[in-house]
This record gives sequence, C-alpha cells and structure tokens, in this order.
Amino acid sequence: MAEPILQVQNVTKMFGSVIALSDVSARVYPGEVTCLLGDNGAGKSTLIKILCGFHQPTEGDYYFEGQKVSFNSPREALARGIATVYQDLSLIPLMPIWRNFFLGSEPEKRFGPFKAYDVDFAKRTVREEMAKMGIDIRNPDQPVGTLSGGERQSIAISRAVYFGAKVLILDEPTAALGVKQAGIVLHYIVRAKRRGLGVIFITHNPNHAYPVGDRFIILRRGQVLGDYQKDEISQEQLVNLMAGGEDLVKLQQELARLLEEQVEAA
Amino acid sequence: MATQAVSDERLAKVGLARRLFQQPEIGAVIGAAVVWLFFAFFAPENWATLNGLARIMDPASTLGIMAIAVALLMIGGEFDLSTGVMTGTTGLVAGLLSTRLGWNLWPAMFVSLLFALAVGYFNGLMRVKTGLPSFIVTLATFFFLRGANVGTTRLVTDQVYVGGIDKAAGFASARAFFNTGITLFGIEWRSAIIWWVVLMIIASWILLRTRYGSWIFAVGGDAEAARKVGVPSARVKIGLFMATAAAAWLVGMMNVVRLRSAVASQGIGQEFIYMIAASIGGCLMTGGYGSVIGASIGAFIFGMAQVGIVFAGWDTDWFYSFLGIMLLVAVLVNNYTRKRATEMSVAAAKSRTEGE
Repeated sequence: MAEPILQVQNVTKMFGSVIALSDVSARVYPGEVTCLLGDNGAGKSTLIKILCGFHQPTEGDYYFEGQKVSFNSPREALARGIATVYQDLSLIPLMPIWRNFFLGSEPEKRFGPFKAYDVDFAKRTVREEMAKMGIDIRNPDQPVGTLSGGERQSIAISRAVYFGAKVLILDEPTAALGVKQAGIVLHYIVRAKRRGLGVIFITHNPNHAYPVGDRFIILRRGQVLGDYQKDEISQEQLVNLMAGGEDLVKLQQELARLLEEQVEAA
Repeated sequence: MATQAVSDERLAKVGLARRLFQQPEIGAVIGAAVVWLFFAFFAPENWATLNGLARIMDPASTLGIMAIAVALLMIGGEFDLSTGVMTGTTGLVAGLLSTRLGWNLWPAMFVSLLFALAVGYFNGLMRVKTGLPSFIVTLATFFFLRGANVGTTRLVTDQVYVGGIDKAAGFASARAFFNTGITLFGIEWRSAIIWWVVLMIIASWILLRTRYGSWIFAVGGDAEAARKVGVPSARVKIGLFMATAAAAWLVGMMNVVRLRSAVASQGIGQEFIYMIAASIGGCLMTGGYGSVIGASIGAFIFGMAQVGIVFAGWDTDWFYSFLGIMLLVAVLVNNYTRKRATEMSVAAAKSRTEGE
C-alpha cells in the first residue's frame, strides 16, 4: 500500500469546554475515496475544518505528504493542494460563473507594471472545464444564483480539480440534491479518484457513500467509532453502524407502540 | 454541431437586451436622461449650454470622487457614515498644521492623509475584528470626529474655522494640483473634474479587470465563502475603508485650496449624499453588486438637480426633497431591471433544458 497523502493522528479539538473532537486519527490515500460518515453533531464539520486549515487542532498532529504541517488559513492548505468544496459551495450567487470559478486564484496577465485579470482566458477555461464535466455553459457571465443545485455543485468540484488539488474534501455534496443530481455528483467523485486525487467524501447517507467509497470512517460524538476498508464491511453493516444499530431498533419499537396507542385511542 | 449553431444563434438574440438590462448602471442612465429632460423643459435657456454643463460638473466632481470610493465600499458589503465629516477633519488637520505651526502646506497635507488612512484602518479593523455592523462603528467615528473637529478648532483658534491657509508656503502649487479653474471654450471648469474622471477610470478598471475587483464583489456577496476559497476578506474590507478615507482626504484638500479655509462643520450630512449617488448608480445596500460608473452618473444627477433647481428659479429648500424622490425612483428602477435580468437568465436556462 502506498503512503497516505494526508494523515491526522490523535487529534482533539476543544471549543472552550466543549470537546468537538476527541483523539481522532484518520488516513487518506491518493486514488481512493475516503468516506467520513456520521450523524449531525458527530464532529464531521470540525474535522474537515481542521483538514482544510480553517481550525487548528487543540492537540494531535497533522501530516501532509509525509511532512508534519500546521495551516493557519484555508489559503495555506489550498496552496499545498488541499481543496475543499463546502456544503454552501463557497459560490457567490450574484457573481458570474467565471468570476466564481477563479475566485481566490485569478489568472493574470502583465501590462507593464500592472497586472490585469485575464478575463478572456477565464471565460474560455470555464466553458472548457465545464464541458469536460458534461455541462454546456452558454454564457459564463450568467450569475451563479441562476443555476441549478447540481450545476453549482459541479462548478465547485471542477474548480477544485482544475486547480490541481491533490486532496479534494467534499462536504455533504449530495445532501441537498435529488436522486438524479446526486448521481451526477457521485460520478464526478469517481472521476476525481481516477485522476489520482485523494477524495474525502463527507456524508450521512451510507447509500451514497458505499458505491463510491474505498474506506469508511464513522464518527460519533466526536470519536472514531470505526475505520474500515471496503472489503471489511458490507453496505448493510455500514447502514446499521451509521444509524447506531440498537438505537434504530429501539426507535422502530417506540414508533410502533405510538401507532398502536393511536389506533386504540380511536 | 447543428445544435451548437442553433444555441449560439439564440444566445445572440437574447444577448443584447439581456446584456443591456444586466448592466448595473442602467437605472442611473435612465435616471440621468429623465432628469436632464426635466430641467431642459423647466429651465431651457441655460440648461443645454457648455456653461450649464460646467456648473453641473462643479458639485458633481467632488461628490463623484466620494461616490466612487463609497460605491467600492458598498459593493464590498460595507458603508461608512464618517465619510462626510472626514472631508472636514482632513481639511482642519492640514489647515491647523500649516497656519498654526507654520508648516509648508504639502507636508501638512501628507500628515493629513496619514491621519485619514489611520482612521480608515481603525474603521475597517473594528468592523472586521469585533464583527460590529459598519453602521455602528462608523457612526461612532462620525460623532467622535464631529465633536473633535469643533472642539479642537475652537481650542486652537477660538473660532470654528481655520482661515488664511492661502498664506501658507506651497499653497499655490497645492491649489494648482488639487483644484483650480481651467478655462476652456471661454468657460471656467474645475480641475477636480479631471481627478474625478481619472479616478473613475482607474477604479472601474480595478473593479472589473483585476483580481482585487473580483475580491471586492466576493466579500460583499459572501465574505465567509470568499475567505474559504482563499480571498483575504478582512484585508479587502480594511483596504476599502482606507480607500474611502483617502478619497475623503482628497476632497478635503480640494475644499481647502478652493476656499482657502477649513470650517469645523464641513461635510456633515454629505455622507448620505455619497451613498445616495452610489445607490442611484446601482449599488446594493446589501453588497456584492454595483458599479463605479453608475455611482459617477449618480453624482452627475445630483449635480444636475442642484444646478437645475437654481436655473429653474425654484426655492433651493426643495433640493433635498427632490433628492429623496430621485433615490426612491432610481432604486425601484434598479430593482426592476435586475429582476428582469435574472428572470431572463432563468428563462433562457429553462428553454435550454427543455430543448434538450
């Protein structure tokens, strides 16, 4: 097995007296999709915010490409090749597609002592890159706010891939999407993996995670509940783990009882 | 290939109308035309003359310089209530240093600029670090400066103005540099007009054709999202506050060399007029959208109203009422056109998916 491209060891994150993450370790390999699963409040968001440089861990170590690193901002992490596509996509609705695509990494051309935004290059590249994803952008000047959810997601992903990300962190990319649009996004995840990127796919939907994932890390209450290779776990086991097994059985029983009571009352 | 050609044809057809409506300046252009025709009707004898134009450009130029900076700040999602009083404060600083301490006017002006930048930096830093709304931060700055202007001036001069600045060394060259009369076609024009136009071109270029422009739009649209993709949001915002303060300094210097004095109450209340000009020009109060050219047209409309009311022989007391109506109508037109533009984009996107 190759060396992990990204690794955190025994990471703990405190917000005041609140322990958001406790002693979490995780490894991400290039050309693999690592799924980070967990219910709301499990610590998924805190962990990715550490990985992408938004937060710094209170304790524990962070290694990237074998080196110990400490990022002070997302910009530093991005410079090393760790790109994050957030749930809100970090797209600015009022801005045109091309400005959004290159935001924070604008192509420039020199005019003597001045540097100008290379607008023609930006518009052309956006068209080409989106065409590679199978999306036909007719007007790069269109405000992003007028696009569909799947289109916006694909802009965010293709932006990260275009900028040479080595690790792609996807924060709940399928959460707000319908079945068909979610399928499109899963497609891009596999494409990114084929290009040798280490993909971190955060989701609370094991049915989305299992088909594309190579490795599954389940978080619960800020701790790692399990870390499995795909051949170590079945989809059914994953669903059970996610829902918290016994909890789910208990919930079903409770609901059944509630229904019976209502029937009796009537 | 065939479908490609068809869709490209369709793009060209909706393109022109949509592009026109998508321009943030469209409301200001329509407004300027309406106001021009309005006064051409009520004050025809002086209106459509070069002299009339020179008269309009006089107040429009200094206001336009401020409107440009305020527009950038508004696009960046903030506003500044201390811009008006700052034009007075910078004038007083330069005036007091040159008349009381006998400084050459140039270094006095330079210190005044540093002072303005420091206040702008403070405004921006407070906004970014404390998360307080810019309304509160700059309102505090506004009241502090307003009091300090009168307090300091009275303490030093026993009056509420600093006179005799024209006796300071370097006054003649400063006047020539900042604000003088230039005779062209037999009419005197203010040289501030040149400053205005040059700054408009530079600011518009920065906004539309450099990465800083994209950052300004982005921090106004969603500062947090912009930060996540690597835009230094805090630095952009602080920079915008400093640029606004620097513009106020420039206008302050223009007033000082023109009036040869600085009045402690100078500029108070003007901050709203700058914001009105920027809003008429298509800037959203909520940020992320707007135009420097539009703000300049907004300033031109202001100049037309100010001069037009005099030309028409009306009571100038009504000037502010006129401005209020103008603001409301222009913003309504802006909202309508922007809505039209987005609807047309959505309609075009829909027809495309249905076509496939």
